[in-house]
Amino acid sequence: MIKVEGLTKYYGERAAIRDLSFNIERGEVIGFLGLNGAGKSTTLKVLGCVLLPTSGSVLIDGFDVSRDPHEIRKRIGFLPDTPPLYDEMTVEGYLEFVAQLRGVTRAELAARVADAMQKTALTDRKDDVIGSLSHGYRQRVGVAQALVHNPRLLILDEPTSGLDPVQIVEMRELIQKLKGEHTVLVSSHILGEISQICDRYLVIQQGEIIARGTEAELSKLLGSGGNVELEVQGPAQRAIDVIMNVPGVTEVTVSKLDGDNAALRVVGVGELRPAVIKALVVAEIGVLRVDKGAARLENIFLKLTHGKEAAS
Amino acid sequence: MKNISLITRRELQAYLRTMSGYIIIAVMLFIDGLLFNAFAVPGTAKKSSEVLADFFTLTSGITMVGAVFLSMRLIAEERQTGTLALLYSSPIHDLEIVLGKFLAALLFLCLFFLSTSYMPILVAVYGKVSVGHIFAGYFGLLLVGATGLAIGTFGSALTKSQVVAAVLSGVMVLALTTCWLLAKVTERPLTDVINGLAWWGHFDSFRTGLVHVKHVAYFCLVTFLALFAATRVLEARRWR
Repeated sequence: MIKVEGLTKYYGERAAIRDLSFNIERGEVIGFLGLNGAGKSTTLKVLGCVLLPTSGSVLIDGFDVSRDPHEIRKRIGFLPDTPPLYDEMTVEGYLEFVAQLRGVTRAELAARVADAMQKTALTDRKDDVIGSLSHGYRQRVGVAQALVHNPRLLILDEPTSGLDPVQIVEMRELIQKLKGEHTVLVSSHILGEISQICDRYLVIQQGEIIARGTEAELSKLLGSGGNVELEVQGPAQRAIDVIMNVPGVTEVTVSKLDGDNAALRVVGVGELRPAVIKALVVAEIGVLRVDKGAARLENIFLKLTHGKEAAS
Repeated sequence: MKNISLITRRELQAYLRTMSGYIIIAVMLFIDGLLFNAFAVPGTAKKSSEVLADFFTLTSGITMVGAVFLSMRLIAEERQTGTLALLYSSPIHDLEIVLGKFLAALLFLCLFFLSTSYMPILVAVYGKVSVGHIFAGYFGLLLVGATGLAIGTFGSALTKSQVVAAVLSGVMVLALTTCWLLAKVTERPLTDVINGLAWWGHFDSFRTGLVHVKHVAYFCLVTFLALFAATRVLEARRWR
């Protein structure tokens, strides 16, 4: 579906992205992760045929972004980081305009617009003027305009930014619904917002891809599988001393003190839980709770991006 | 063609549904009316056709300045609000974007021309003027308006600030207006060329009711060049 090779984009002297290469198969949902200014938006704009690449090739459905941009534009729906909305138009009028712009025929127009509004739960706001909508609704109209012409590829640049927690959940559900019908490329700088909805992730930092793979692969890559979170009774210091003696443990930190109980975070290599529990039981320290340390995308991401910064 | 009309309709809707366009036209009408009353009407033993000619002179100046203000938002606003990305990512040509927007502005400017028509009507009621004179004058105004809007569109394509866009196009219009000052200090044949650039020199025949192809060609050429430049600017912006 998408084949990117050696993609480079310069803004004047500064390279926003350098030598990116990746492939995306049809029907996949890909998460594009990176801090602000990492080059996510630039990459998505090139894929969305808004910007032309400085060098490198981008093939979408076999068409080149530099040579046949129109063929690609017919096949994609693009939501930029700020939704491109005309405040004076009504939701329905706007979607009709966008659909026609993207080549939807008059016969299909009403059905396509109704479908897009239904998917994004906008049907009862269709006569509202866009300027009067709240941020969450504006974001939804942004997604609706991206899918109104039923494109094969959806490019959503930070669709969850600025939404409240309930709206984020709704947006995640929406993206999950779109899966299968469309190939989806979604970006975010807050990983929790898109974790578990993507098949694969590309982590981008300073214009380069620094990691890629599924959520599981990424956590494995970083060896964060050995983290343990536990809660013990009694003095925290004694527990820490005991756990530090367990082979494989490299670090123990107190994450919370609550009266006599202490929550600890153990970092190490390999599966540590049996050994840690055994050591604590032998030392007669009450174990209240043991959890596999959450190898959350957040942690992986922070580790990756900070590691990169330290190296450079 | 379909895309141009689509853009034009949307853009015209934007003009009709927001205040700024109406305000600009209202100010233009106000100043036009004042100047008409102050300069065109007074005078003893003035022929009706002279009053009408003065009306067209005054209105042409106001049209040129107003066109710059009417067109300053065309592309700059889209860049500012991020909606340009929508047009950029749609299967339409940059030329279609520019032409669609330009035509919408021209149609909206016709609202101004329509509203000024009470002045020639007044002249016709109290004096004697030919319909041909009125039509030739308005045709000239339309050409002046098209030129001003095209220059304004070009200025608007250069920046994302509407104020900066208005200043840039204003400078370009000013250059086309005051180039006769430069012609004073140059020698032939340069003098002729520079004098030929001044737009009001070409409007002179229209105000008296004459339509010359060479003057029509001048306005069409400047309009074409400005719109062409605007298109190239839009294209170039994809590279940066």
